[in-house]
Amino acid sequence: MTYIPSEKLAEDAKKVLEEVNAKTEPLGPRDRMAIPAQEMPSQDPAVRRSNMEEVALGYTPEQAKLEAERCLQCKTAPCIAGCPVGIDIPGFIQAIADGDNKKAVDILKQDSLLPAVCGRVCPQETQCQAPCTVGKVLKSVDKAVSIGRLERYVADWERENDLVEIPAVKPETGKKVGIIGTGPAGLTVAADIRREGHSVVLFEAFHKPGGVMVYGIPEFRLPKAIVQKEIDALTAMGCELKPNFVIGRTRKVADLLKEDSFDALFIGTGAGLPRFMNIEGENLVGVYSANEYLTRSNLMRAYDKARADTPIFASEKVAVFGGGNVAMDAARTAVRLGAKEVHLIYRRTEVEMPARVEEVGHAKEEGVIFHLLENPKRILSDERGWVRGIECLRYELGEPDDSGRRRPVAIEGSEFEIDLDTVIVAIGNDSNPLIRQTTPGLETNKWGNIVADENGKSSLDRIYAGGDIVLGAATVILAMGEGRKAAAAMNRMLSEI
Amino acid sequence: MNRILEKKQLSETVFSMRVEAPLIACERKAGQFIILQLCEDFGERIPLTVADADLAAGSITLIFQAVGKTTKKLARMEVGDKIAALVGPLGTPTHIENFGTVVCVGGGIGVAPLHPIAQAMKAAGNHVTIIMGARNKDLIILEDEMRAIADELILCTDDGSYGRKCLVTEPLKELCEQDPKPDLAVAIGPPIMMKFCAETTRPYEVPTQVSLNTIMVDGTGMCGGCRVTVGDETKFVCVDGPEFDGHLVDFDNMINRLNSYKKQEEHDCKIGLEGEAS
Ligand SMILES: Cc1cc2nc3c(=O)[nH]c(=O)nc-3n(C[C@H](O)[C@H](O)[C@H](O)COP(=O)(O)OP(=O)(O)OC[C@H]3O[C@@H](n4cnc5c(N)ncnc54)[C@H](O)[C@@H]3O)c2cc1C
Ligand SMILES: Cc1cc2nc3c(=O)[nH]c(=O)nc-3n(C[C@H](O)[C@H](O)[C@H](O)COP(=O)(O)OP(=O)(O)OC[C@H]3O[C@@H](n4cnc5c(N)ncnc54)[C@H](O)[C@@H]3O)c2cc1C
Ligand code: SF4
Ligand code: SF4
Ligand code: FES
Repeated sequence: MTYIPSEKLAEDAKKVLEEVNAKTEPLGPRDRMAIPAQEMPSQDPAVRRSNMEEVALGYTPEQAKLEAERCLQCKTAPCIAGCPVGIDIPGFIQAIADGDNKKAVDILKQDSLLPAVCGRVCPQETQCQAPCTVGKVLKSVDKAVSIGRLERYVADWERENDLVEIPAVKPETGKKVGIIGTGPAGLTVAADIRREGHSVVLFEAFHKPGGVMVYGIPEFRLPKAIVQKEIDALTAMGCELKPNFVIGRTRKVADLLKEDSFDALFIGTGAGLPRFMNIEGENLVGVYSANEYLTRSNLMRAYDKARADTPIFASEKVAVFGGGNVAMDAARTAVRLGAKEVHLIYRRTEVEMPARVEEVGHAKEEGVIFHLLENPKRILSDERGWVRGIECLRYELGEPDDSGRRRPVAIEGSEFEIDLDTVIVAIGNDSNPLIRQTTPGLETNKWGNIVADENGKSSLDRIYAGGDIVLGAATVILAMGEGRKAAAAMNRMLSEI
Repeated sequence: MNRILEKKQLSETVFSMRVEAPLIACERKAGQFIILQLCEDFGERIPLTVADADLAAGSITLIFQAVGKTTKKLARMEVGDKIAALVGPLGTPTHIENFGTVVCVGGGIGVAPLHPIAQAMKAAGNHVTIIMGARNKDLIILEDEMRAIADELILCTDDGSYGRKCLVTEPLKELCEQDPKPDLAVAIGPPIMMKFCAETTRPYEVPTQVSLNTIMVDGTGMCGGCRVTVGDETKFVCVDGPEFDGHLVDFDNMINRLNSYKKQEEHDCKIGLEGEAS
């Protein structure tokens, strides 16, 4: 990817739009496909390496209009099937093309409560944009209609123009619902249940609500102010927020139902248990889980060295293990915290990387050094017990495994060393066992995820669950989708008792 | 927001605070701790043991030593001030049962977390011997409270200014040599003291529990910052502990990890407190 300054993108878009507008005939499919795919304006890589501000700046109105005009309004709309919550994609895009942003937002909000978030963080290239006809015809998913960017565009337009409306709340029913965890799953359930007039209390272990959206995903990808707006809307609707409240410790699930008279509970506690590799040297000083590194930086604001009390390593040479969004976020955070060299080590190839393509591109632009088909064997210690480097093995791809991906196989005798002072392990998260351990009768599977039926109901009466605690580490949109399903079932259940 | 209801200075650097926290007062058990923060945006999260609780008043007691940025700021707060965030009770409670004879060893500020455990051990019917140690007389805390619990109390100071002039490991060794030897030892204090207590009891095969004070962030098992090596396994102190079998803990690694931020924090403390240029 080569970096194109945003001024240039805006100018180009203006010109093309004039040409398009000058046409007297309605646009045919050919004309639409001839419109250049609109790149996302972004901060200059050289500048953004040393700030935490958002990298992607958002489309200009001209770019949004042009990108919307690229949509063919396919009758079968294959894109919709690619969206986990089934947004009416051609519908909202047509509204943008027609200049009716308000209508576009309304369409989005029928199915997604967090369009400003999902537009930014959904893995669109494997979801809605994967089956897009335009991308298919132009033989590249990169050329598909940028559905996510358009979604972000209108959601930002609504927020920035102070047009966000607080959803109406029906008369109080006197019923009370507790929501455990304030990630996208919990926030969604809160909104949908409160709308029906039930009272809602949200419990959050941390001092701030938002889940991974605030402690994990960095500011440069998802500004915290956007998440805060969503939370403000919930409090304006009358939802009560109890931060610093750990269910299973401060209060147990059973106490909430029996003593605190909650009529139903939703568990959305996420997948917050960092996995380690169990290799030699993992407990040396200088080895972080990505969760710890990102929490220190994002939630505790360690990047703001002048003001934050929470320390974080001032690293020179960092290695991040993993190839997902979490690994990209950790690597790019390390760059911003001033590391001179950041190595990303992944044992498969770029094609298999689970991270969003855009983040991989941004990481490269920012100078992260990619080591593909390599994997650490052990972490090396200096005489004080601090990280001094890692020993790696080279890999090649072998036969496909159960997941259909070709299995990486270590090449014998290929060991080599990299000098480092910091290691960040970002190979995934399991579910936190706290609720499971303190809630007898709550059924979980062998990975510790809560077992829930198609309505999100757990094995216990009046207790529902959704998001990463059910799916294992997944995505924001899936957590939100599960939340909506569970909320609908909970509202039905509450209307019957 | 949790209001400070009472504040006492126990020694030059050790303070006791009674803080409003009704739910925690009601749920907490011996061995558990809280995490607090003095500013929601920029404060760090630090763990402190619940040293005592008053159900009727809906309060908990924290006893802490002002050693760094946050504990020093906390020490400057007064009755009526509010702590921005306080969460708990965290950690797995101490396993309390009638073991027979239990020797509780507390070093320095470690006496504070030891107090509720000694109390619970006594209430469960154990014969409780308490060994308390500090560098000098002025640093001895909670003497009366511990005396009220102990069947036998042994005081020691490094400089001999009070009680016996020795390290806590000396009386501990003597107890292990007696017949019958103690059924259980509980040691809480600086990591180096816990390490040597565990070494002292090891040859006598007296089971020894230690309470680890690692660096923490969330306290709920989310970050792994608190991890320690116990036997061949990695454990998270905030959820699997804070108490572990002292004979299995890799203390050298733990002490190392505690020093991770030493340089940065020493620097911070200087700028924060003395206004020195960096
Ligand atoms: C660094 C990182 C980057 C990511 N990037 C992307 C991305 O680009 N795109 C994408 O779609 N997805 C991404 N994900 C995944 C996505 O964030 C999650 O799938 C999603 O947040 C799950 O939502 P949730 O509501 O289930 O839980 P979470 O967001 O994990 O929220 C759970 C909340 O519950 C709280 N909690 C836990 N236990 C308790 C308890 N006992 N009592 C009270 N509260 C409790 C937690 O503190 C937390 O706030 C990323 C994840 C990480 C970690
Ligand atoms: C489960 C648990 C219970 C605890 N209970 C108590 C208690 O009841 N009373 C009490 O006074 N302290 C207790 N501690 C220790 C307390 O958390 C630390 O003293 C505190 O975090 C220091 O924070 P600070 O910002 O004041 O110091 P910092 O500025 O963070 O550090 C100052 C110095 O203290 C060292 N240090 C940092 N963290 C710790 C730590 N966790 N333990 C020991 N030294 C540390 C640093 O290396 C540095 O040299 C407990 C710790 C744990 C994990
Ligand atoms: S919610 Fe995500 S998958 Fe659905 S249309 Fe929006 S960006 Fe695409
Ligand atoms: S598949 Fe692509 S072109 Fe067709 S309606 Fe969906 S977004 Fe538009
Ligand atoms: S403090 Fe984060 S896992 Fe223990």
